Amino acid sequence: MSVFVRRSDPNILAAVAALLICAGAAMADAPKRVVSINLCTDQLAMMLAAPGQLVSVSYLARDRRSSAMADLAEGYPVNRGLAEDVFLLKPDLVLTGDHTTPATVAMLERLGVRVERFSLATDFDQIADRLRQMGRALGREAMGAAAAARFEADVAGLQSDAGQRMARRAALYYANGYTSGDDTLAGHILAAAGLANIASELGMPAGGSLALETLVMAGPDALITAERFEGHSRSEDILNHGVLRRVAESAARSTTNANWVCGTPHVLSAIEGLRE
Amino acid sequence: MTPRALFTSLSVLLVGLFCASLLIGPAGLGIGESLTALIAGGDDPLALVMQEIRLPRAILGALIGVSLGLAGAAMQGYLRNPLAEPGLIGVSGSAALGAVLALQTGVAASFALALPLSGLAGAVIGVLLILMLAGPRGSSMTLILAGIAISALAGALTALVLNLSPNPFATSEIVFWMMGSLADRSMSHVWLAGPIMLVGWGMISLTARTLDALTLGEDATSALGLSLTATRLWLVLGVAASVGAATSVAGAIGFVGLVVPHLMRPLVGARPARLLWASALGGASMVLAADIAVRLVLPDRDLKLGVLMALVGAPLFLHLIYKTRREFA
Repeated sequence: MSVFVRRSDPNILAAVAALLICAGAAMADAPKRVVSINLCTDQLAMMLAAPGQLVSVSYLARDRRSSAMADLAEGYPVNRGLAEDVFLLKPDLVLTGDHTTPATVAMLERLGVRVERFSLATDFDQIADRLRQMGRALGREAMGAAAAARFEADVAGLQSDAGQRMARRAALYYANGYTSGDDTLAGHILAAAGLANIASELGMPAGGSLALETLVMAGPDALITAERFEGHSRSEDILNHGVLRRVAESAARSTTNANWVCGTPHVLSAIEGLRE
Repeated sequence: MTPRALFTSLSVLLVGLFCASLLIGPAGLGIGESLTALIAGGDDPLALVMQEIRLPRAILGALIGVSLGLAGAAMQGYLRNPLAEPGLIGVSGSAALGAVLALQTGVAASFALALPLSGLAGAVIGVLLILMLAGPRGSSMTLILAGIAISALAGALTALVLNLSPNPFATSEIVFWMMGSLADRSMSHVWLAGPIMLVGWGMISLTARTLDALTLGEDATSALGLSLTATRLWLVLGVAASVGAATSVAGAIGFVGLVVPHLMRPLVGARPARLLWASALGGASMVLAADIAVRLVLPDRDLKLGVLMALVGAPLFLHLIYKTRREFA
C-alpha cells in the first residue's frame, strides 16, 4: 500500500485521502453498535434505530409499569446500566439520560466510548427535539425529523379542541403525596387533555408534596393516581387512604401508566386515555 | 399531689392536646366550622378532612402514646431498672421487623389482623430475648448490652428486607420504620391496631399488684401469694401486644416509655401500679404533643415523630446512665 501510494500521482493520493475521510465521517455518523442505558432513550432508540443497530436496552425497558414498549424490548438483550456490562458489549455509542449515574458515564468516556446524553423532556416541543436528536445520534436524521414532524402534527390536532374543556379540574397524586405541576410532562398531558391542574391553583408549577387534607379541600373533579408497584410501601399507602376513596366517589378516578413516564410519542396515548 | 388531682390534671392535658391535634393541620380550617363538621359529618370536603384524616391521626397518637407509656412503666417495674424501655431494648425494633416482614411477604394482606399480630410476634421475640439475656432482675449493664444487640440485629434485618423488596419506595422507608410517624394514617389503621393495643393494656394492668409487691423483693411477692410466673407471662404478652400493634402502624417511636415514667415517678410516690396509669395518660399526651410539634415545626417535610422524641429523650437517657454509672463499675 505504502509503495503504491509513493509511486502514484499526488492528485490521486489527495482523492483517496478525501474518500477515506468521507467514509470515516459516514461511519462516525452511523454507529453500528448502540447501547442504551436509560428507560427513555431505550424507547426513542427502539423507534428510530436501523435493524441490528441497537444491541442492548436497559432492563427497565421490559417493565410494563414504566415502559410503553415492553413487548418490543423483549427482542433486545438487556443491560443493567453498569459501566462494566455496557463496555463488554463493545458499543460505539452509548445513549444515556441526564440523570444517569455520573460515575458510569465518566468511566465509559474514559474507556473511549462515545456517550450521547438526552435531557428529560418535559413538554411536547422537547419531545420533538429529542426525536430529532436521536435521529442524528443514530445517523438516521431523516427518520428522526419525520417522526418529530408526525408527532408535532398529532399534538396540534389534539390541542386544537383542548381549550374548551378547561373547566374540569384534576389532581395528580403520587406516592408520598407528590403532585406534578404545569411545568412537568404530566402537567402538559393534563392540559392537552383539557383538564386544569389543581397544583397550579395551589401555586406549585413544578409540583411538590401536597398534603392529603389540602387535596381534599381543593375538591378536584378528577383524581389521577399512579399505578402501584409490587411489594408493599408506606409511600404508596396514601393512595389507598380512605379519604381518597371518598373523594373518588364524586370525582372521576384514573391511573397513570407507562405512557406517562417518558417524553416519547406515547404521551399521545396518555392524552387520549384521559379524554375518555 | 394526690392521685386524684394527678389523674384529673393529666386527663385535662390529654383532652386539650387531643383537641389541638384535631385543629392543627396544613389546610388551616376554622375552629368552629371544623368541630361542627367533625360531629355533623356528611360528604363535604371539610367533614372528610376532619373525620378521615385528622381524627384517625389524633386517635392513633393517643392510643400509641398510652401503649408505649404503659409498656415502659411495666417493664421498668418488673425489671426494677429505669433504663428498660421498649425502644431502647429492641422490642420496638423487633416489632418493626415483624411488621415489615408481614408487609413485604404479603402475609399482611392475608387476613384482617395479620399486620398487628406480626408486629406482636416480633415484639414477643424481642421481649423474650431481653428477659432471657438480662435475667429476672436485669442489671443495667446486661440490659443495655442486650438491647443494643437486639436493636442492631432487628434494624439490620428490617433494612435488609426493605432493600430486597421489589418496590422502589421500600428502601427509603427504612427511616420511617426506625423513627416512626403518624402522617397520613387512616381510620383503617385505627381499627387494625386499636383492638390489639386494648388487649395489651388489659394484660399489663393484670401485673399491677405484683409490680407493687416486687418493690419489696421476690420472696415477699411470693409470700403474698402472687405468682411471678403469671406476671411474667402477662407482662411479655401485654408489652408485645401494645408495642407490636403500635409499631406496626406507626413505626418504632422511641423514648416515650423512658421519658414518661421518669417524669411521672416523683408524682406518684414511686408506686409501680400508680405509675402504670399515670404513664399511660402521660404517654398519650407526650405523643400527641410531639405529633403536633412535627406539624408546626416543618409542616411540609414529614418530620419523623421519632426524631423529635429522640431529641427530648436522648439527653434524659444520658442523665439516667450518668446516675446509674456506679452500677456499671
